[in-house]
Amino acid sequence: MTAAILPARGLGDRLTAVFWRRPRLLLGLLLGPPLLWLGVVYLGSLAALLVQSVFAIDEFSGLVVYEPTLKTYAELARPANLDIILRTLVMAAAVTLACAVVAFPIALCAARHATGRWKAVFYLGVMLPLWSSYLVKVYAWKLILAKEGIVTWAAEGIGAGPILNLVLSLPGIGGNSLSTSYIGTFLVFVYVWLPFMILPMQAALERVPASMIEASADLGATRGQTFRTVVLPLALPGVVAGSIFTFSLTMGDYIIPQIVGTSARFIGLAVYQLQGTAGNLPLAAAFAVVPIAIMVVYLAVARRMGAFDAL
Amino acid sequence: MTPAVTFAAVTRRFGAGPAAVRAVDRVDLTVPEGAFFAMLGPSGSGKTTCLRLISGFEKPDEGAVRIFGQDVSGTPPHLRNVNTVFQDYALFPHLNVRDNVAYGLMVRGMARRPRHERAEAMLALVKLAGYGDRRPAQLSGGQRQRVALARALVGEPRVLLLDEPLGALDLKLREAMQDELRALQRRLGITFVLVTHDQGEALSMADRLAVFNEGRIAQVGTPAEIYDRPRTRFVADFVGSSNVLPPSVTQALGGPPRWASLRPEALRLTPPGGAVLAGAVTAVRYLGSASRVQVAVPGAELGVMVPAGEAVPEPGSTHGLAFDPAALHLMEEA
Repeated sequence: MTAAILPARGLGDRLTAVFWRRPRLLLGLLLGPPLLWLGVVYLGSLAALLVQSVFAIDEFSGLVVYEPTLKTYAELARPANLDIILRTLVMAAAVTLACAVVAFPIALCAARHATGRWKAVFYLGVMLPLWSSYLVKVYAWKLILAKEGIVTWAAEGIGAGPILNLVLSLPGIGGNSLSTSYIGTFLVFVYVWLPFMILPMQAALERVPASMIEASADLGATRGQTFRTVVLPLALPGVVAGSIFTFSLTMGDYIIPQIVGTSARFIGLAVYQLQGTAGNLPLAAAFAVVPIAIMVVYLAVARRMGAFDAL
Repeated sequence: MTPAVTFAAVTRRFGAGPAAVRAVDRVDLTVPEGAFFAMLGPSGSGKTTCLRLISGFEKPDEGAVRIFGQDVSGTPPHLRNVNTVFQDYALFPHLNVRDNVAYGLMVRGMARRPRHERAEAMLALVKLAGYGDRRPAQLSGGQRQRVALARALVGEPRVLLLDEPLGALDLKLREAMQDELRALQRRLGITFVLVTHDQGEALSMADRLAVFNEGRIAQVGTPAEIYDRPRTRFVADFVGSSNVLPPSVTQALGGPPRWASLRPEALRLTPPGGAVLAGAVTAVRYLGSASRVQVAVPGAELGVMVPAGEAVPEPGSTHGLAFDPAALHLMEEA
């Protein structure tokens, strides 16, 4: 006969017993360090930056005056600064939309049809671009899109040169070459952020049970109706998650617009320049508030539209 | 009268080449109009594939499926006037109960008002009046089942397919739903095709059933035919709690040397002396209304029903067995 209680074999048994008696202890130990990191180091420094936005810079001395004021926010409303905000917003929206359109069939295919080896190929294909340096990819795209680059060469090779020229002559978004136009900036943004749209979308689509799509067809719905009334609403949280990535990443990026495109400034670049060379920390902070405010509004709208009802 | 569903030498293979499995193997089947038809079999026997061949989610590799005489080989699911109650119910989580039920009417273009009225009427029929505004997640398993039923019936399909509809419910609810489904089918007169692995469910609900085994139909008939006169050992084993007798035991009981079945109710315990068959009790299972006693006789172990109120033998005690010769059923196939 063995005893009803087995002897502890060592530290592991005793620790497990302690955690069993106090379940919150383990949770606290696991959550403590990351929360400390996120809460104090990250959010703290972010708050410190944002607090700067309610101060203003003295125009003569160039020094920050530590008195709460909304002067800096008023400065955001200057035409030049509004241009930056609007340009960034339009670019982020366009990139997000394009990413969603390109990512959806890929994510759908991966979620519905890929199994085993093909699933591995999918993940590899989506993640592979993330393994190489971001700068390398952007410079590679600069070469691809350059006037002497492969796109121009290929377009002329297949006789599509006039089409390319037509695209480049579009007012506002055209330019001398793809790599010096907004179209180029847009293409590189779409390429770089696409994985961040595909993965959450695929995860969301995978959670839509196959029987639900069958039920829709069984009840008489066409493919288009099933897509609109079942697949899309159920995958919407994933689409919104992906769009948060692509939208906020585009709004915050300051490298791509520097390398590819016109030299017009985006919010990220403005923040970078204002806090560095210009030394106008309050205005940089005010600019940094803009994407945050836009994201809050965006999420509130998405929530109101029922994007998270299926969560 | 045209039968509701016919299968003519239908084969459905899964996989390719020599590794291909015939999930449905040259099946011929006729479901009469207005019938409550059950397809019974163990998992992997091809019954669910047959159901999906009717709904259109599988296509036959060979043979033809006809619904009310029309070959549906080229007809996609959304154009078949057939609706399904799915095993997991497949209710749309983002729609409320009313919109779930009205979904089929919505995609067919019915205006909001009439389709909501029809949905409410259907909900009342399945005893869920007043639940229209709830989400599926706020319902119990039995209620979801009713919503799935209402959703499938609201479009007035010619055939209703039910894929293990009661599998996820607890026993009491399952029995209540069996009665309700039966009553609903009689009232609506729609042909029901039920897939189940539960022989009790099939026997009590259906007026005709097909027993599936390894992609083929082992037997088709009324519940009484299948239960009393199983054609093969498989049917006897699967459908009944019936005793399957090997030829030697059949012979010892005075029959020809063939496989036979003998229902436990047709056997009685007698004193051991002078009986044609005798053996020791190996197990006793209390079933409430009766006890099932297992008796080991040479060549087989037989189940005997001892009605409640009679003396239940002790395990290990020896008893003789008497039986009603008319109940001995010889099977056509081994």
